[in-house]
Amino acid sequence: MSQKKTSFSKDTKFAELMTEDRRLLQLLPRFGIGLGFGDRNVEQVCQMNQVNTELFLIICEIYSDSTFVPGKSELRHIDMGNLLSYLKASHQYYLEERFPHIEEHLQRIIEACGPKFGPMLSHFYDEYKQEVMRHIQYYEEEVVFPYIEALLKGQRTESYKIDEFEHNHTNIQDCLDDMMNILLKYLPGEFLPKERIEISYDIMELSDDLSRHSLIEERILIPFVESLENAQP
Amino acid sequence: MRNRVIICEASEMIAIGLAEIIDSMAQFDVVARLDSPEHLSEKITSSDANLLIVDPMLLGFHNKDFLSQLGKEHPQVIMIALVTSYLDHSMLTPYSGFIEINDTRSKIISKMDEFVQSETTKNTDDVELSKRETDVLVAVAKGMMNKEIADQMNISIHTVISHRKNITRKTGIKSVSGLTVYALLNNLIDEKDLI
Repeated sequence: MSQKKTSFSKDTKFAELMTEDRRLLQLLPRFGIGLGFGDRNVEQVCQMNQVNTELFLIICEIYSDSTFVPGKSELRHIDMGNLLSYLKASHQYYLEERFPHIEEHLQRIIEACGPKFGPMLSHFYDEYKQEVMRHIQYYEEEVVFPYIEALLKGQRTESYKIDEFEHNHTNIQDCLDDMMNILLKYLPGEFLPKERIEISYDIMELSDDLSRHSLIEERILIPFVESLENAQP
Repeated sequence: MRNRVIICEASEMIAIGLAEIIDSMAQFDVVARLDSPEHLSEKITSSDANLLIVDPMLLGFHNKDFLSQLGKEHPQVIMIALVTSYLDHSMLTPYSGFIEINDTRSKIISKMDEFVQSETTKNTDDVELSKRETDVLVAVAKGMMNKEIADQMNISIHTVISHRKNITRKTGIKSVSGLTVYALLNNLIDEKDLI
């Protein structure tokens, strides 16, 4: 486990940050940061793209060090609107790019498995996907985010409080891990082994990404909303 | 699966602070705080904890006996020492690890991760499901709830839960739908058994 104190700062060269940890590259489209940033530093690139530099740096830290917990003083400077659009863009990326990609592979594996194993695999995935949709689309996007947006506008409701937040990403990850085990350990070896190895990489990456996503919600979103709730109207 | 933590520490200030750090982690929930070891064993059972953080000074000279007894009663529990003052290192031997009073937040977080990781790798030797575990697996796969399984098999819910933990540890599969697929793949159940 890392004890390193990361040296990400607003003066770091943006390109340097991106090569330090390649996973950070996937953050760019979610923040709407385009390529071709040249030799500009983090602050310059963020300003050019109307991204809150403090928020960007905290998310980078969480991505490269899962033990990082931002303090209250660091959270004070972040822009909530920015964070919400980041989270929504992440959701869109999962639902419109990652899941369809995995599904496409999985569909081929399901077909190759034939009538004995195919239907159950397909059923397992469908059930899982419904759970994902329910959490991301119907819960976070239709209940939690609108609640926060209203709070930001100074509207207070008693119908929901952030401490009811469902920590459902762990379940979503658990199911992905289960799928990995089924594909690698338990499905008979003869069905499309190459495809199964390939899809495993994608699943591992998605699972890792989702775990960072829930850390961001847990360590930035929730504490921030709590402080909004506690602030005097 | 989330880890359920009990903190046993006399200083409320330390206990609350530590609980706050642990609760900030996705995989951990602090399920109880106790200021003495008096009802520890019952609390572990009732809260279904799998990780105990205890100040060795609270247990005094009977440290070792107490822990080995506790270990026998609750083999699933990982025991961690909370070192709040100077103590002889021999006192730490019965524990799987320790947290020190001046550890930083990130150090505590990385230690907590390590505690549960080393514990899962330690147990990888026995992978075969026992007969009882297989029975529970089949029942779970058929969609039965813990209470129903307990009634049908004439065992306590607590035992059902501990079987389920072992099943997950041995198969690596956590979700009910994943366990159903596992049972089907291994011909433990038939598709006709499912609703």
